[in-house]
Amino acid sequence: MITVLFFAKYRELLGTAKISLSAADIDLTTCTVAQLKASLAERGALWRDVLAAENTLCAVNQDLAGDDTPISLGDEVAFYPPVTGG
Amino acid sequence: MSVIVRVGEADFDVGAECRALASHSRQSGAIVQFVGLMRDSNQGDDVLTMELEHYPGMTERCITEIVNRAQQRWPLFAVTVIHRVGVLQPQDQIVFVGVSAAHRLDAFQSCEFIMDYLKTEAPFWKKECTLNGEQRWVDARQTDQHARKRWQD
Repeated sequence: MITVLFFAKYRELLGTAKISLSAADIDLTTCTVAQLKASLAERGALWRDVLAAENTLCAVNQDLAGDDTPISLGDEVAFYPPVTGG
Repeated sequence: MSVIVRVGEADFDVGAECRALASHSRQSGAIVQFVGLMRDSNQGDDVLTMELEHYPGMTERCITEIVNRAQQRWPLFAVTVIHRVGVLQPQDQIVFVGVSAAHRLDAFQSCEFIMDYLKTEAPFWKKECTLNGEQRWVDARQTDQHARKRWQD
């Protein structure tokens, strides 16, 4: 199982804060952030837009991650827009 | 070095935080503090309230990592970073960054460094509610990216 989190504008756009994916949803043997994005993008146009946006940020286990970052069983992945704190 | 990172709804007392920073070393000769407040307008609209969302866990981790980087760059005695979340009103305190060092240049620079990275890396998001009832997510500013980049040269 992997947990996927969405924050702020993306949480609102997609109507979900958290989804869980099992091995039945996605091949976790050689999974990367890019592959997870491609898999989630199949859920519809909104998902595609959010995940394909150039400024979408991704964290794996709470560390900033890139498209080629590997994802394995038990990981927590988050997608979020550029940050605006401070 | 003493590092305090606090993220939550509670407000903070700048005077108390300053005294705490000073208490960590008798060698401390400079304390620089930054306090960020909520403005009552943005992009020409009056703003009534602002809601701050964050990524619990990663936020604290990210700020701690930024403080560690500052510590590697400047000799510091103590650093305190406090960031509020939840619903805030105009003039409310949002963020506190305080550093204690032997000399002012290290204190000024490290405080700016921590703030510049916090604004561009720590996972917080602001949503504002305007006088005309509009709710909108605040966009990230290019100027914040430029401010951070000056530390990378």
